[in-house]
Amino acid sequence: MLQLLWLVVAVPFASAALLALFGSRLSRRVVAIVGVGSIGLSAFVTLLICATFLTSVPPNHAYVQHLWTWMSSGGFQAEIAFYLDSVSLLMLLVVTFVSFLIHFYSAEYMQDDDGYARFFAYMNLFVASMITLVLAKNMLLLYLGWEGVGLCSFLLIGFWYNEPQNVRAASKAFIVTRFGDTAFAVGLFLLFTRLGTLDIQEAMHRAAVEWSPGSGIAVAAAALLLAGAVGKSAQLPLQTWLPDAMAGPTPTSALIHAATMVTAGVYLIARTHVLFTLAPHVQFLVALIGMATMLLAAFSAVAQRDLKRVLAYSTISQIGYMFLALGLGAWSAAMFHLMTHAFFKALLFLAAGVVIHAVHEQDLYRMGGLRSELRLAFWSFLIGGSALAGLPLITAGFFSKDLILWQSWAGPNGNAWFWTAGMAGAMLTSLYTFRMILLVFYGPTQAHVKAHSGFAVRVSLIVLCFLSLVGGYVDTPPHFGGVPALSNFLNGVLPALEEVHIGPITEIITALCASTAFALGLGFAYLLFGPQRARVPATNFVEKLWLAGWGFDWLYDKLLVRPFQWLTRKSARELADVPINGLALVTVFGYQTLRRMQTGRVRWYATGLAMGTVVILAIAFFVR
Amino acid sequence: MILPSLVLILIVGGIGSWIAARRSEVFARWIALGSVLADLSVCLGIWVGHLGRSQSTPKSWFVAFDLAWIPQFGIRIHLAIDGLSLALLLLTYFLGIMAILSSWTEIDERVGFFHFNLLWVLAGITGVFLAMDLFVFYLFWELMLVPMYFLIGIWGHERRIYAATKFFLFTQLSGLLMLVAIIALAVLHKQSTGIFTFDYEQLLETALTPRAARLLMLGFLVAFAVKLPAFPFHTWLPDAHTEAPTAGSVVLAGLLLKTGAYGMIRFVLPLFPGPSHELAPVLMTFGVIGILYGAVLAVGQTDLKRLVAYTSVSHMGFVLLGVFAGNETALEGAVVQMVSHGISTGALFILAGLLQERMHTREISAMGGLWETMPALSGAGMVFAMASLGLPGLGDFVGEFLVLLGAYRANVPLTVVATLGLLAATLYGLRFAVNAFQGPNPHHWQLPDMRPREWAMLGLMMACLLWIGLYPQPVLNSVRQSLAVAQQSTFPQEVVRR
Repeated sequence: MLQLLWLVVAVPFASAALLALFGSRLSRRVVAIVGVGSIGLSAFVTLLICATFLTSVPPNHAYVQHLWTWMSSGGFQAEIAFYLDSVSLLMLLVVTFVSFLIHFYSAEYMQDDDGYARFFAYMNLFVASMITLVLAKNMLLLYLGWEGVGLCSFLLIGFWYNEPQNVRAASKAFIVTRFGDTAFAVGLFLLFTRLGTLDIQEAMHRAAVEWSPGSGIAVAAAALLLAGAVGKSAQLPLQTWLPDAMAGPTPTSALIHAATMVTAGVYLIARTHVLFTLAPHVQFLVALIGMATMLLAAFSAVAQRDLKRVLAYSTISQIGYMFLALGLGAWSAAMFHLMTHAFFKALLFLAAGVVIHAVHEQDLYRMGGLRSELRLAFWSFLIGGSALAGLPLITAGFFSKDLILWQSWAGPNGNAWFWTAGMAGAMLTSLYTFRMILLVFYGPTQAHVKAHSGFAVRVSLIVLCFLSLVGGYVDTPPHFGGVPALSNFLNGVLPALEEVHIGPITEIITALCASTAFALGLGFAYLLFGPQRARVPATNFVEKLWLAGWGFDWLYDKLLVRPFQWLTRKSARELADVPINGLALVTVFGYQTLRRMQTGRVRWYATGLAMGTVVILAIAFFVR
Repeated sequence: MILPSLVLILIVGGIGSWIAARRSEVFARWIALGSVLADLSVCLGIWVGHLGRSQSTPKSWFVAFDLAWIPQFGIRIHLAIDGLSLALLLLTYFLGIMAILSSWTEIDERVGFFHFNLLWVLAGITGVFLAMDLFVFYLFWELMLVPMYFLIGIWGHERRIYAATKFFLFTQLSGLLMLVAIIALAVLHKQSTGIFTFDYEQLLETALTPRAARLLMLGFLVAFAVKLPAFPFHTWLPDAHTEAPTAGSVVLAGLLLKTGAYGMIRFVLPLFPGPSHELAPVLMTFGVIGILYGAVLAVGQTDLKRLVAYTSVSHMGFVLLGVFAGNETALEGAVVQMVSHGISTGALFILAGLLQERMHTREISAMGGLWETMPALSGAGMVFAMASLGLPGLGDFVGEFLVLLGAYRANVPLTVVATLGLLAATLYGLRFAVNAFQGPNPHHWQLPDMRPREWAMLGLMMACLLWIGLYPQPVLNSVRQSLAVAQQSTFPQEVVRR
């Protein structure tokens, strides 16, 4: 069954091409069948592959499929080849299944849109690129997927291209992530030049053998890859594109800007964890970036007015948790949180889509009291939000976040600062989540429901609700079941974390503190934004700063955008042409001057002749 | 006789189409198309016949033709074809067909004379890629020039006379330097060996003093750097590309620029290995300056064709960087970049032509929201813009990646700066794609979408870019041997594989 691996990639590519070329001539029904069916087929094949992989484990716990040699030149060789091990299998499952649910939802959600075929063409292309990224055996193919998902993100943010701000947001996303991608590309040059291969496994193996820990070259390589990951995963300082990316259709936000693409950076770091282990400073930087992003984005989420922007900042913040875990060497914990986050954040976005569709409004302060009219959306929000905030024991998010929090203390790099920051983040998460739920579903009714959701939307929401609840049981801590199935499954590829700091903080204390943080956040949310409070958006300076995402956009606008625009405006008229046009001018001037001598008057000519003779004679006489 | 017939078909086809146009313009177009198709099929035939041979027989031509012409000066009509020439000839005829198709409705004045000029330019280019006698090479080099001058000067846009004159002066003056260098090289060869010859293979053996080699190399280099064009000799390009008719822009960007790069690979590197090696860091620096300078200026343009023209400057910077980086990877990347840039930029000029035909303007500010009214054309525009900004999976990426990968081995700081070119490419690529096709449609354009002929052209070009992007190996394999020969002399410290 493993030989079918290429189909998982090829089917969405083929359907994307089909829809892009002939989509406008197909009926909506056919478009939906092709668009959703292809992803369904991919998910089905993935399931078969997963079953085979688990029942008869391939040698070395990995399956490799070579398709063809992409390019080979002067010692450099890159293959179109796929690599399936436990980590890529986990990603593959998450990507195909969440994609399938979101496509299924979109088939109904987007049905009144003019660009129905275009939407599915882009979405299928995205899934195909994302799977390529996940399965790539070498860095260059990974980079192809990486850029491919970036392109699809750009196309889908600007899907409603008639609105200038959508187009601007799309360009912004593309350009900001390309900053990281450029560094990533340099990283590829460096890795190949020093290691002689871009094959991920082989390169990691050679790096571990040839490079000493902390050597400059390892630091440079890890830092360059980190820059790529930071751009794609919207971490500091390249996080500014993600909130604006919410201009795209809501299923896009769910799929690309929450569940899958933005976590590609996490996957990249986990995939190349050997490099980061070799560069402890960079790894520590990963943790710092994760922690700072997690807190800053959580504060921003508290102040947002737009429903989708709350979720966007929440995504940035949750990926911050994953980065924190990566930075501490808790690789499996990061992947675990990646998985549960994909479930509950996709759920929240899809439910947000239902709300937005129903009331044609995204401003939290113009909603309210929707819980009776939108029961399924309300319950989805409650379940997804509880998972996000970490409602103990019965939600998936609790287990994954708890694992990160515990390892932020217990790991070799762990310390009380990370642990405390993680707890503060947990409380803030709970605060902004329930603020959002209270503002949308409680209080006075301000907007009226204009549309109700149909079958596909309901099914997708219910399945994701289910996953958000039980998804965490694949890896439970010792006190609550103690079956770390996922960690064990991943341990062959991602080394387990050594727990060195035990006491005074124990695992059970961490879990209790996390639960307290959840309760505190909920309590604050109720006090500040509960139904009894007057609904006025805050106007003080701090909240305005949070609303503006800490002013990063303002800063970049002043520091980078405007100077560059000035430069392009000034240089648009060719500077290198000045000397050449000068030459032309001198020629014209010379010709006009000389022309004046052609007067046609004999007296002038005779004078000229005489003067010339005198000069020549003088030269002949005096100059020897 | 295959090789001279490649040139002759075009020469005769050009005259035939000029004459035929008096009776029927459509007939003239078909004659032109037929001649280029004939050449394309001949080249495809050679390619298929020699697919496997490229690696096994070093230093031998696939096909050669040698005939004494002016024996007193040792001038022979020596034409030969190897993997590099073949790849570029295939590109020439492919783009030649696109150029003829793209003028099918655009050109309606003096159709016969137009196709005469177009075919003669192609004949000149063919000769340049084939000639192995430096005197004959120079003749063909000049043959490209005059018909191109007419193409720009007669069928061009508003400032066509200025652009055509500038183009002519730049290339003519730099060409003269090359002529001086060619003659000097032949004379020096006679002094050392007693044989007066312009033959490429014999001149390769000329023993030169370092000083003479440096001077002669500069003579060649300037001619090729102007054609490429390398910063700061590029200023003729934006004007010529912008003012030329679509077919002219396609041939200029797709082919004439490639003759500059071809000259560097075929002549500068093997004839003057010492100075090439010495000057390599300087030339690589100019390549990098070109990459960034072209990209930044492209972002600031308001004229669609001018924007595309500056992207050419940027892309050709990669070629210069790759040619002088001194390793196989970079040089092969440079050739892939030449081929794929020919296709992607040719396509962008065709798109600009289609837009101008419909809207009668090239100003980007007059566009916007065109997706609404021309979804297929806009989608194609998006694809080619992405190719131009170096999206993996499309041809340009392979070229740029290999160039940078090879250049990194030669010079890390320069390569890092050059990689910023990818970032700048994002900006101009998006400016093209976003400002023309997306956003609101403030001018309420209602325009016809692509016709089947236009679809066929752009579709074929897309397919080629995808092919090079995902499976560039046929191109790499066919040029590898020629490049290894060119490089071995210049950078002997690099072990050239196979």
